Amino acid sequence: MSKLFNIKEDRSLFPEKNEQGKIDIDLSSHKYLKLWHGPQHPGITGNMSLEITLLGDEVMDCETHVGYLHRGFEKLMERRKYIQCFPIVCRVAVPEPDFNEYCFASAMEELAGIEIPESAKWLRTLVLEMARLASYLMWIGGQAGAFGQGIIGQWTNYLRDSMLDRFEELTGGRVYHMYIIPGGVRGLLPSGFKQRMEENLKFIEQMMKDVERVMFNNAVFKKRSVDMGIIEKDWIYKFGITGPNARAAGVPLDVRKDNPYLVYPQLDFEAVTATHSDIYNRADVRRRDLLMSVDLIRQIMAKMPQKGEIRAETPNVLHWKVPAGETYSKAECTRGEYGYYMVSDGSEYPRRINVRGPSYTHAVSLLEKMIINCNLADIAGLMVSLHTYPPEIER
Amino acid sequence: MKEIIDRLQELYPIGDFKQQNKSLALITVDKDKAVDFITRLKNEEGFLHLSIITAVDWLEKNKFQLSYLINNPTTKNSFVVRVMIDRENAEMFSIHHLWEQAATYQRELKEMFGIDFPGSPGVDKPFILEGWHEIPPYRRDFDTKNYSEETYFPREGRTKNVPAEYMKQKLYPDE
Amino acid sequence: MSKEHTEKRIVYSPEGDPIEVNPLQDYFCEDLPEVHKASSIAILENFRNWARSRSLWVLGFGTGCGAIEMRPLMTPKFDAYRYGIQWRPTPRQADVFVVSGYLSVKTLKRVIRTYEQMQGPKYVMALGSCTINGGMYWDSYNTINRLDYYLPVDVYVAGCMPRPEALLAGFDQLKKIIREGRGEGYNKYAEEFAWYKANQKKIIKDWDMPDYNW
Repeated sequence: MSKLFNIKEDRSLFPEKNEQGKIDIDLSSHKYLKLWHGPQHPGITGNMSLEITLLGDEVMDCETHVGYLHRGFEKLMERRKYIQCFPIVCRVAVPEPDFNEYCFASAMEELAGIEIPESAKWLRTLVLEMARLASYLMWIGGQAGAFGQGIIGQWTNYLRDSMLDRFEELTGGRVYHMYIIPGGVRGLLPSGFKQRMEENLKFIEQMMKDVERVMFNNAVFKKRSVDMGIIEKDWIYKFGITGPNARAAGVPLDVRKDNPYLVYPQLDFEAVTATHSDIYNRADVRRRDLLMSVDLIRQIMAKMPQKGEIRAETPNVLHWKVPAGETYSKAECTRGEYGYYMVSDGSEYPRRINVRGPSYTHAVSLLEKMIINCNLADIAGLMVSLHTYPPEIER
Repeated sequence: MKEIIDRLQELYPIGDFKQQNKSLALITVDKDKAVDFITRLKNEEGFLHLSIITAVDWLEKNKFQLSYLINNPTTKNSFVVRVMIDRENAEMFSIHHLWEQAATYQRELKEMFGIDFPGSPGVDKPFILEGWHEIPPYRRDFDTKNYSEETYFPREGRTKNVPAEYMKQKLYPDE
Repeated sequence: MSKEHTEKRIVYSPEGDPIEVNPLQDYFCEDLPEVHKASSIAILENFRNWARSRSLWVLGFGTGCGAIEMRPLMTPKFDAYRYGIQWRPTPRQADVFVVSGYLSVKTLKRVIRTYEQMQGPKYVMALGSCTINGGMYWDSYNTINRLDYYLPVDVYVAGCMPRPEALLAGFDQLKKIIREGRGEGYNKYAEEFAWYKANQKKIIKDWDMPDYNW
């Protein structure tokens, strides 16, 4: 009997599992069907593929294949000076590039012993929260789309565009911002920014009420998501699950609370949790997290200093020799713990950078386990509900 | 963090303790004792969360450095456990029995650095690359620029400046 | 990728008769692509080109990071549906292959297969600097430097990454090219098939699929 999905019908005809919890699959028995799901498939989140074995329309075995987006970032960064890495790091995770910039910059500042000014901290927190908001808005559209509600995606993508407009105003870039630089940020808020942002936030809040009514109270969505794809509480550390996936199971893992960075200690918020991590609750945790981001942006804009230094004194970036050492800098992105492990040997080039993307653990070992006994039609919904994002797996 | 190390110092040869920041400490452990030590940290000291396993290639010392980053969700502290292994026939004991995702990390290390983890599930299967016949690409002696220029038909007419020199000429001619 | 499903094997029918299955030979067609000549009747050809340019159906395959700007393009703010552009989930229904950004060797293999499965007339639109000359990944060991060595490209949209406005301009340009009867990429692919294949095989080391499978 499956623990993941509540299956009530008679299962005596289904094969027995062996000690490893797998089924001995003999493809020549004509009972099973091997199916490649992706990379060219609308139900796959990004460019990856699943090699699944089906019995009827139920998944019996699955192997994930990643590496379609491998660009060798970690190798390329070893060939580039620290400052030249900034255009590269933001391309690791496209929906929220700012987390890459922040983690890289803060690891570098920690090794070099630079303290950034107060204003820069507030501005960094602001762009990180804006990136979270934009990424969640896109995700909600994807989750609804996976269950056949195309209209939610149309709404939330419009809302995301309004957030990208604010990004463009602040940083000059729509998708890739390169706003956070070592020692601080690139610029102050333009005049009238706060007012336009407030209008956006109001509109987002108003639309999220509609989204809640249309999506979260929808009978079809509830029927297909409640009690589906459950993450057990004791898997959290066993599989290295972080972020909303873990919080929905009742484990309040949130880097913003656990290891506070930037100005998060001065902001008023609680990690959003639920008690039962099924698809519905994970979606609900993310929706409430999104509304919390709206609230945090309001708090930041109310509390942040109006003027002030935004960049600390740094050596000339062309021959900046970062002192030898190693460190790990992490932040809470929408998918979980995002981290950069940086090793410097005292030269102008980084010795080694390793990126920890939360999807690394969610999309490979966890997904391979969760997908067993899932229906073929629910795979898309399950994958989206883990919020996997392939480029940060293979980099 | 220091007190944990002081307590365990007698049982395990731990060297190079360095408190990097208030929640992160770096330590070095011998290869033979490393898995024991990590198991101890996990089972008895509450370091339940494995963040990353990664490697650093110290070509000039002829060593690989393996880094295990483990985190204690209760006290919010982290250790980077560093293990130095030989670069020739690099091999390390697997920790896939402690964390499920460790098998994925080890599979990547095998492919990208050529470090073997005997017994780790699927460690020999290709993970990211497909049809790769060169030396593992993350090793320092693999030259990615040369390989790219020889293989991928660079578009003629594209000027390639070494950005550092180019910026220096354009922006700081006096320096 | 496990190769066992591409190897020869013997399966047994329910009656117990052995059947030899060779997936590579059995399930793919060995015919090579053909050049489709334009009609000699000008008015007919003009009509065809007009019709083709009015319904550009895009294949939903996000090969790289450029795919993230396709969503804003299709949603209310930019709304490409106005111009007859829409997503299709399968290559059989699509006319335009939008190669959205850098291609790793592993993806290139899938892109070639998908392109060959599309029905002619078909067009390739390449987004971003990385498809033109490698862009930011010019020295990467795993991404190709220029796409036109492997697939015939009709329109390039430069930028890293191109904004939705640039994409709309690119589609506009593609329409113009088709209207003028210059969208001949798929014929070029058929004509210079051997050259394209040689380039593809040079970088895809373990070639384990038929030369042309559609």
